[in-house]
Amino acid sequence: MNDILNLTIRQLREMLKKKEISSMELTNYYLGRIRKYDGEILSYLRTTEDHALKMAGQADERISRGEDAPLLGIPLGMKDILCTKGIETTCASNILKGFVPPYDATVIKRLKEAGFVHLGKLNMDEFAMGSSTENSAFQTTKNPWDTTRIPGGSSGGSAAAVASGLCAGALGTDTGGSIRQPASLCGVVGIKPTYGRVSRYGLVAFASSLDQIGTFTRSISDCATMLGVIAGHDPMDSTSITAPVEDYHSFLGKDIKGLKIGIPAEYIIEGMEPDVKRNFEESLQVFKDQGAELVDVTLPHTQYAVATYYIIGTAEASSNLARYDGVKYGLRERGKDIIDMYKKTRFKGFGKEVKRRIILGTYVLSSGYYDAYYRKAGKVRTLIRQDFDNAFRLCDMIATPVSPSTAFKAGERLEDPLTMYLSDIFTIPVNLAGLPGISIPGGFDSQGLPIGLQIIGKPLDEGRILQAAYVFESEKKVRVIPDKYRS
Amino acid sequence: MKITKETVEYVAHLGRLELDPQEIDLYTLQIDSILQYMDSLNALDTDGVEPTSHPVPVQCVMRDDAQKASFTSEESVGNAPERIDTFFKVPPIIEVEE
Repeated sequence: MNDILNLTIRQLREMLKKKEISSMELTNYYLGRIRKYDGEILSYLRTTEDHALKMAGQADERISRGEDAPLLGIPLGMKDILCTKGIETTCASNILKGFVPPYDATVIKRLKEAGFVHLGKLNMDEFAMGSSTENSAFQTTKNPWDTTRIPGGSSGGSAAAVASGLCAGALGTDTGGSIRQPASLCGVVGIKPTYGRVSRYGLVAFASSLDQIGTFTRSISDCATMLGVIAGHDPMDSTSITAPVEDYHSFLGKDIKGLKIGIPAEYIIEGMEPDVKRNFEESLQVFKDQGAELVDVTLPHTQYAVATYYIIGTAEASSNLARYDGVKYGLRERGKDIIDMYKKTRFKGFGKEVKRRIILGTYVLSSGYYDAYYRKAGKVRTLIRQDFDNAFRLCDMIATPVSPSTAFKAGERLEDPLTMYLSDIFTIPVNLAGLPGISIPGGFDSQGLPIGLQIIGKPLDEGRILQAAYVFESEKKVRVIPDKYRS
Repeated sequence: MKITKETVEYVAHLGRLELDPQEIDLYTLQIDSILQYMDSLNALDTDGVEPTSHPVPVQCVMRDDAQKASFTSEESVGNAPERIDTFFKVPPIIEVEE
């Protein structure tokens, strides 16, 4: 059974089709692993065993009827920011404790149509605000490669569960790096698609112009499989892109001869860990050896991205989080009048980081400061977008590190929000520009901690990103599950 | 200082947040240093640059004005912490003067 962790979803589907394994067996295998290992990793906020077994039974029936679907019978985990009908959805916040959505997010609906088995809801930073998953109101997820360290965030539960083999794949969300950074720190594949490629309907909003749903997997093939299921136009999301979805698998196996990969000088920064720099240079050599051409490009406004992001992101968050008022769902505290009820509910229900961002966001939108901060940030966002437009005239895609450091120790950056914000410096510009970006396992540092490689594509160029990533994966063959969790 | 304790308290009120005194002190210090960092944007000349509010061009999406199934009232208020029948229950908003 332990071979299962090495198989792609496509290979598992073949086994299911041939009745070499049933979805019920596969589901019980993963539920058993969760019972065995998640007491230590703490990636799941809640498992949905009853749902999982029911869905597995239904999948097995569909399989015996000869039905075929890309995820039929495959057990997956979901970040707890995605609305799941009849299953508690909390965003790892006390303010949403007990909220049971009356509907499924579009991505969940699509996964159900594709036959997936839902194992449970995965931990995250509260409302996706954070880079370490330490801002969860309920538990701190551990990095499977070193449990004294953080898994990254905000989708740390999703990354850790995939890295320790507690699901076949998972969904996460990425507003400033919340898929790519934890994927990098946990050594798995994580993609943030082009803004608008995946419907945000039923994704609890943090920053609406930046949020995007994506996947965590142990292989590029699985990434292509899962992305192919969740991508596509949705009338329920007005920012959803109507362009048809490419067959992502058709890109895998194509060579990269003559492909131009841009290398931005601005992404080699002071304070970057030497191992990360060394690994990045080694990774570039892999592309070169496979016939790609490395091109120097410049993204001159990179240094302004973090400030821009934390103005726009907090402004949008302060507006989106106004809905938590103690009236419609979740927590309610008593107050002497309605305003007092709002204030007390929000005081008790939100954690430190969320409150800090609401105050910051309210401030940058407030009368007298709007032009100096919010409007200014919008203009710098234009310059950052134009940087990418210019760079993409010279290259087909851009390669960069994902994070300046490998996984840091729990607690290390908790009291210093600015340092925590700066850890997202390589991922944030991609969200500001709405581009697709992937983090793929690149290797390890001298302590055995994973290092990721980021590939950034032109809008809707997910297929070609996967093409290059697949070549890299086939050549470099980076280990994806710590030995400790292989038994 | 870019921001004072009084401003933090006022902005928290606008954001409908109660804060305890320690939080006000902590947030004043932290937000002050974050705002100083954000001032780095002032080094850029952005005159004549159009601000971006959305990464992809967004158009107003229309749909047919047709009747469709939607949530039942029971589903809509099902998560309310306090309710009367199918209504949300809230403290008085308009005071009645005797």
